[in-house]
Amino acid sequence: MAIDGKDKQEPTSSLGRLSRRSFLTQVGAAGVATAAAAVTPLAASAVARTPAPAETTSEAIPGSMAVTLKVNGETHAIRIDPRATLLDTLRETIHLTGTKKGCDHGQCGACTVHINGRRVNSCLTFAAMQQNAEITTIEGIGQPGSLHPMQAAFVEHDGYQCGYCTSGQIMSAVAMVKEPWGAKDHDVKEAMSGNICRCGAYPNIVAAVQTVRKMA
Amino acid sequence: MELFELLTVRSIPDAVRAQATSVTAQNGADVRFIAGGTNLIDYMKLNVERPKQLVDINDLALDKIEKIEDGGLRIGALVRNADVANDPTVKEQFAVLSQAILAGASPQLRNMATTAGNLLQKTRCVYYRDTAMACNKREPGSGCSAIGGYNRMLAILGTSEHCIATNPSDQNVALAALDATIHIEGTKGQRIVPIEQFYVLPGTTPNRETVLEPGDLITHITLPKLPAGAKSVYLKLRDRASYEFALASAAVVMKQGSGGRIEYIRVAMGGVGTKPWRSPEAEKALLGKPATSANFRTAAESALHGAKPQTQNGFKVELAKRCLVHAMAQTSQTA
Repeated sequence: MAIDGKDKQEPTSSLGRLSRRSFLTQVGAAGVATAAAAVTPLAASAVARTPAPAETTSEAIPGSMAVTLKVNGETHAIRIDPRATLLDTLRETIHLTGTKKGCDHGQCGACTVHINGRRVNSCLTFAAMQQNAEITTIEGIGQPGSLHPMQAAFVEHDGYQCGYCTSGQIMSAVAMVKEPWGAKDHDVKEAMSGNICRCGAYPNIVAAVQTVRKMA
Repeated sequence: MELFELLTVRSIPDAVRAQATSVTAQNGADVRFIAGGTNLIDYMKLNVERPKQLVDINDLALDKIEKIEDGGLRIGALVRNADVANDPTVKEQFAVLSQAILAGASPQLRNMATTAGNLLQKTRCVYYRDTAMACNKREPGSGCSAIGGYNRMLAILGTSEHCIATNPSDQNVALAALDATIHIEGTKGQRIVPIEQFYVLPGTTPNRETVLEPGDLITHITLPKLPAGAKSVYLKLRDRASYEFALASAAVVMKQGSGGRIEYIRVAMGGVGTKPWRSPEAEKALLGKPATSANFRTAAESALHGAKPQTQNGFKVELAKRCLVHAMAQTSQTA
């Protein structure tokens, strides 16, 4: 992706500033509203015959537990289902959606985050088991305007096409640079083998990683 | 995934007590220890594992690698696979273990997965992973879909008419060649089990894979010192260059005497057996003999003598032999 003036502006629409996620949320909400309207007569008669259900709160979810997570230096006190993976908790409860869900079985690496500085698959650990850990996501390593050197290198070398695997690739690469690997390209390929890119941007990913390794 | 209760334990006796309430320590356990979680959570998502209680043992002080008095090594149950592979003593004295671990999984998984968790790694048999299919290991008595089914990846040694699932681990193949001992704390106290006796063949009860009983917690493993001058190599053959399970692999530990004769030899295979497959036949064929290609081939032939291929994995017989010959040659040439 080229960096020019046009790309720096967020896309806008009649709804105002629009991100992919807010767009999908609005479309989803509209869909629910439509569905609710369609079943209103039935729902109304049902309500007439049964007492109104008690107001539900997150505390009322059976089996849910209070958990404190430290993500990107910030502490989050939340209630979650013990089955919630770190990945789902980051995305759905803490709303850090930079970490992506690919296979959800530890095979693709899209969900890679750092736990105490080490790269792991966030889909294969329960959030409730990471309460004393320092968790770092893609949002924690750099921001627009102050990119992490690895993020800048991925931009420079075009290390992606669709971008879905990119945050996992970058989190993996940032940790990999600190691990004991050989200097060659084939060492980078082996070290990055836990991150799959279906677009096949591998040569550019290797180039980006090698650029950062040579800077160190 | 079914709802479970998450317990955290801070002592070994608490851990043992918590898991001792399980109906079994084998397939179908309703209480499971959890450490790295990389294998267990995968199988919980597939509903293959459905524990009602998880016992988080990560707070136990079982995360050290220590040299022991007789020159051997003690590796805690909770030491992460990456930390074993990169440990200087392991790399220098037990290279086959470092190589085996680095040949398996991905860096992310190796950062989470533990030594004891890897010992108990479940098969990747597609029928075990799919609850819609018959599988005697997962559902005793339901039958084996793999026999006559998709069995290209599955075992040719140690199989029965009830199960042909492969033990998927690389680590455990190296540990078999290194004569590892597994230290267990259970309801009746401590006991030690040589790795040769730790895994059981599927026979008529493939749901039972190890000698573990309810309450049994693996605390650590020990590796005896190798003879001075012994070299070791792990060679893994697979469909991809990286991040794939073995079609065939070999762990070889060898010491040659001054006359070039083999004075010490351990041979184990992965990807072909229902458990990490030590080959006393290959060792017998090599002990006292010169390290020549012809002798390696003879040893490899004897290692695969009892192989029983299925409909799709006949290629593994020759592949495993060539894998052994290459690994033996590499070990004999290692400086």
